[in-house]
Amino acid sequence: MNVKEVKLFANDIRRETIKCIGHLGVGHIGGALSIVDVLAVLYSGVMNIDPADPKKDDRDFLVCSKGHAGPAVYSTLALKGYFPMEMLLTLNQLGTNLPSHCDMNRTPGIDMTTGSLGQGSSTAMGIACGNRLKGYDNYTYLILGDGEIDEGQVWEAALFANAKKLSHVIAFIDYNKLQLDDFVANVCPLDSIPAKFESFGWYAQDIDGHDVEAIAKAIDNAKAQGEKPSVIVLNTIKGKGYHKIENSASNHNMNISAEQVEEALADIAAERAAIEAE
Amino acid sequence: MSVKVAATHVMGSIEPRKVYCNTLIEMAKEDGRVCVLDADLMGAAGTKPFQAAFPERTFDCGVQEANMIGVAGGLSSRGFIPFAHTFGIFAARRACDQIFLAGAYAKQNIKVVGSDPGITAGLNGGTHMPFEDLGILTTIPGITVVEPCDAVAVGKVTRLAKETYGTWYMRLVRKEAAAVYEEDTDDFEVGKANLLRDGTDVTIIAMGYMVAEALKAADMLEEMGISARVLDMWCLKPLDEAAVIAAAKETGAIVTAENHSIKNGLGGAVASCLALNRPTAVEMVGVQDEFGEVAKTPALAGRFKLTAEEIVAKTQKVLVRKAHKHTWATLSNDLAKAINELRTYTDDVFTF
Repeated sequence: MNVKEVKLFANDIRRETIKCIGHLGVGHIGGALSIVDVLAVLYSGVMNIDPADPKKDDRDFLVCSKGHAGPAVYSTLALKGYFPMEMLLTLNQLGTNLPSHCDMNRTPGIDMTTGSLGQGSSTAMGIACGNRLKGYDNYTYLILGDGEIDEGQVWEAALFANAKKLSHVIAFIDYNKLQLDDFVANVCPLDSIPAKFESFGWYAQDIDGHDVEAIAKAIDNAKAQGEKPSVIVLNTIKGKGYHKIENSASNHNMNISAEQVEEALADIAAERAAIEAE
Repeated sequence: MSVKVAATHVMGSIEPRKVYCNTLIEMAKEDGRVCVLDADLMGAAGTKPFQAAFPERTFDCGVQEANMIGVAGGLSSRGFIPFAHTFGIFAARRACDQIFLAGAYAKQNIKVVGSDPGITAGLNGGTHMPFEDLGILTTIPGITVVEPCDAVAVGKVTRLAKETYGTWYMRLVRKEAAAVYEEDTDDFEVGKANLLRDGTDVTIIAMGYMVAEALKAADMLEEMGISARVLDMWCLKPLDEAAVIAAAKETGAIVTAENHSIKNGLGGAVASCLALNRPTAVEMVGVQDEFGEVAKTPALAGRFKLTAEEIVAKTQKVLVRKAHKHTWATLSNDLAKAINELRTYTDDVFTF
């Protein structure tokens, strides 16, 4: 993995995410920006995929269970060539193929329809079961929000994955410490997420979710252990990349003006210059 | 299609769940895509023989209905055909969101099987007695909702579910069902009611447990000189609107009969169809916006008036309304006279 390239790819995804949400003027900016770095790693050679053949049967799968982060995934897919970049500007407009929450029947490259929190955890397990029945050794990646794991269904799926020994499931928790209403600690504290998953029989890691090298290494570790389902807790910043809104409790679903778009894009451009100068 | 109706409607000699499991096994032998999921109720569903035959295609998830339906959605997305069973109450009430999103909205091919419809939940009591599952699930766009009424129908509908892409909800009576069909009856078609008995004065549109009662009621009505058509509306959604409208046109009076709340099940669906297409006198036999309670099924049938006798009573009522509508000036208040009179009118008179 070329670290600098992955960082630049993440920077591209942030830029396009801001542009497509900014075009509409409102959207789930905070939680989209916080998962950008894991998307950049997954789509930089970790996942076995072919943008020219999005339904390739033995591909790796991604379920973005926090479906409201769709714009970050769409930006990633467009940059990878799954569909034209111009399509990003249709986000959330009548008749679009890029709805607020991910839809496998509308968007090339989206592997599962999500939007009711917690459900992606189970559909990901079903995909993994199906892949195993087909005799594949491909991986199913799952992205969950931190507030999302308040949902009981996540823990049903966690039990199930252990029972069925779904070692080819790698789940990420976007632990940006904020949920819609408030800080996670004030709504429903999660305490040690790794300990919780370990007690459910998972292999758990806890890393900096914006460190692309750490993400790649954690995925390698998850694959190497080879026996248990894996969870990687990504310690992230909600709104990462647009400095003024980072860690703000109001950035879950926010209005963004043309001036704010320019402000965000300036932050992202500055970050790009810094990466290039490394 | 022609339907072969059993001569008598005594309890069938084979448990419907056994036919369900045997059909799954047959289908799994023919087709590697067929999977079975359960939420710790395989013993109840009678699917342990499937597990023994196809362990790798069996997913007993434990007591977690929501996850089970989600797993079914994931398996479907990989081309498999999952049959996911739990009690009807848990399917409809607990996993409704998953049936909606991981099933129908995502255009998956999952077959949700909810057992112990209505009063057949019997000794499990009111907590376990689905009078609302059909209403909850028929509101989901594109879903197919079915209730085979006996062991023969269970086999046919299970196979039809496998052969028809889409998200399905099938009510499954597990242990006992009165025989309605002969073994060699024709195959069922999605969205087509089965005409079990023709008649000219009234049509009884029945589902599930009430189909055998409807046939018994038709016999009783015949004794009274009333000719009743009986339709098995085993496929509630898509509703066979053509059969409903034809019944209204040809018999001028409808009685629905279901082991479910009349508010949002068969009665509601038929009344809605008729209101929009051909306003017709309708009476409904079914549960009257009540919770279930514990007792053996026959006692509950009496308690909730899910009986042939109630169908006869509602038929008499609907025939009065039918007669009332068309003989307003001359109608006698005498029930027997009214029913007798209406038989002298031609179909044209009853046309709205």
